[in-house]
Amino acid sequence: MIQFSTWDIVSNLLLAARWTVVLSLVSFIGGGIVGLLVLFARIGKFAGLRRAAKVYIEVFQGTPLLMQLFLAFFGLGLFGINVPAWLAAGFALTLWTAAFLAEIWRGCVEAIAKGQWEASSSLGMGYMQQMRWVVLPQALKIAVPPTVGFSVQVVKGTALTSIIGFVELSKAGTMVTNATFQPFTVYGFVALIYFALCWPLSKSSQILERKLNVAHRNH
Amino acid sequence: MSLIEITEVRKSFGSNEVLKGINIDVNSGEVIAIIGKSGSGKSTLLRCINGLETINAGTIAVAGAQLLPDDLHLKALRLKVGMIFQGFNLFPHLTAGKNVMLSQMVVKKVKKDAAEAMARRQLDRVGLLHKFDAYPDELSGGQQQRVAIARALAMEPIALLCDEITSALDPELVQEVLAVVKELASEGMTLLMVTHEMRFARDVCSRVVFMHQGRVHEIGPPGEVFASPRTPELQQFLGMQAA
Amino acid sequence: MGYHFEFGWIAEYWPVLLKGVGITLQLIAIGALFGVALGGACAWVRALGPAWLRPVVATYVEMIRNTPFLIQLFFVFFGLPSLGVQMSELQAANLAMIINLGAYSCEIIRAGIQATPKGQFEAGASLGMSRFQTFWYVVLIPSLQRIWPALSSQIVIVMLGSAAVSQIAAEDLTFAANFIQSRNFRAFEAYAVSTAIYLLLAILLRQVLRGVGFTLFPRRAAR
Ligand SMILES: Nc1ncnc2c1ncn2[C@@H]1O[C@H](COP(=O)(O)OP(=O)(O)OP(=O)(O)O)[C@@H](O)[C@H]1O
Ligand SMILES: [Mg+2]
Repeated sequence: MIQFSTWDIVSNLLLAARWTVVLSLVSFIGGGIVGLLVLFARIGKFAGLRRAAKVYIEVFQGTPLLMQLFLAFFGLGLFGINVPAWLAAGFALTLWTAAFLAEIWRGCVEAIAKGQWEASSSLGMGYMQQMRWVVLPQALKIAVPPTVGFSVQVVKGTALTSIIGFVELSKAGTMVTNATFQPFTVYGFVALIYFALCWPLSKSSQILERKLNVAHRNH
Repeated sequence: MSLIEITEVRKSFGSNEVLKGINIDVNSGEVIAIIGKSGSGKSTLLRCINGLETINAGTIAVAGAQLLPDDLHLKALRLKVGMIFQGFNLFPHLTAGKNVMLSQMVVKKVKKDAAEAMARRQLDRVGLLHKFDAYPDELSGGQQQRVAIARALAMEPIALLCDEITSALDPELVQEVLAVVKELASEGMTLLMVTHEMRFARDVCSRVVFMHQGRVHEIGPPGEVFASPRTPELQQFLGMQAA
Repeated sequence: MGYHFEFGWIAEYWPVLLKGVGITLQLIAIGALFGVALGGACAWVRALGPAWLRPVVATYVEMIRNTPFLIQLFFVFFGLPSLGVQMSELQAANLAMIINLGAYSCEIIRAGIQATPKGQFEAGASLGMSRFQTFWYVVLIPSLQRIWPALSSQIVIVMLGSAAVSQIAAEDLTFAANFIQSRNFRAFEAYAVSTAIYLLLAILLRQVLRGVGFTLFPRRAAR
């Protein structure tokens, strides 16, 4: 039997962690873009779109991400072609992220005082102008901490893509375990790498949040 | 023809009828004080005139054009009638100068230079030119309210609606805001103001409207209304104020 | 698209799905009960507990909140046995869920405790209550009331996350879906149906938790 040094284990895991990072970035950015669209549908003027966005959010927040991954994997497969795991993974994670970000951001838009809408109305601004110049700039500021905070959920969410066969950190952990028979060590390291990715994000979200609260108290 | 014609205006929130047939004609250059108990519908009336609330019956016409609740008419109306709020409602993410410039640029499509020149003029008018680059949270309440006035004036409205614009201010800051309003009045601006400042109403206003339970209960020049109130409700209200 | 959807299999596999639902519900019931209890205990440690224990709890909370549940599950099921701790798939799933929810609810409850006005503590002390009594009656119960909505959403999130336990062959709803699709080769339909069931469970669980909140904290309900 081959002997694996600790360094062999760690270097294999780190190489795979690159894909965790890439998938997280793609999902977060893609989710942000789709999330913006969902947000505008959710808070916009058209009742039909509002309802559709609400259902979208409800469904993606009310079902397991793992199920969404399965459905993306087998659902895209229905279109004939053999779907690569990375595509299904990116697709499902993007839609899932979009739902959560849209809901987070909706909260931020609704946190803007009613007086801001009224003042800008009384100055003759239309809905789009109010959004663009008055509401969104303020909402954006309070949206940063929870958005950064949610990025942690995205990174953790990528672990589930190992189940549909995407080779990232978690999948590499399983593969290395099967080769080394050292689950305690291997999953310990896997956890540490995830921690190293997530903890700085969690911490900066907390710090940003605290800063914002202090700034608010000065008003 | 009057500048603002309010005819048989009714407004309900659910089953609660708040305005029960209001008639007021406001002439150009008039300064009108609206007084009355809490809940008598004063704010609601101003908000209806600015189109922040849609009325259930009656008509409101400003400079001959009738108020209709579609975006185009609303925008046209709001270009003619400015509004100042009790809570200032400055945009917190913009400096005083930018607060005054924004709506000129996005609503009236005024060029940046012209908008800035106008902003400086209006801030100067309210005595705050030196605060052009200050953010709202760096200003006192009285200063914020004066910026809000400059912001409304920059749109060059033909009338201003003021809803208890000194009520959120510390007593020592009230006068600086009232001084600005008085100055506007002397320059011929048409003003409709809800106020609890009875002395100010007596000294500056051309007419006083006393609202009671959603109706105009008494209306007339301040000399008459304050000196010889005809109805017991107004007598009681003024007595309350004096006490 | 030439694909033809086929749901006739439901009749045959209904019992399998039902059994999966049962296991999922059992998992979340146990996970929620013990997880929140663990979270409450940890919150107590962080607020008033012995000084040496606080950093231990803080590390536990941060570790759990910044790693995926799947890895926690694997660590418990595959890792712990190598230290001599043996357990069944279900026990491992239960343990992982308790540990996971414990960390999150610790943070949620702690936030609630921190929002308790300082005077409350002193008021409790001045009435002659012990430290623990003050914590229980004056701090914890009102805090729980305040954070119940946040705690409820976290419990729903953990329930949805429990789909991962199928990966250690705990026979939950996702396991049932995997099993069915391996038999009838109708993967999309099998997962679509179980996804719909999860959605129903989530909506139901939310209602149940709201009801629990009303019974536990009747003052809130009255308002
Ligand atoms: N958006 C609303 N929805 C429901 N009811 C409202 C709303 N706005 C005002 N009302 C009701 O309309 C009535 C009149 O309110 P309004 O604000 O016009 O009174 P006001 O005369 O300005 O009183 P105050 O002196 O307290 O400002 C009140 O009974 C109030 O509760
Ligand atoms: Mg009012």
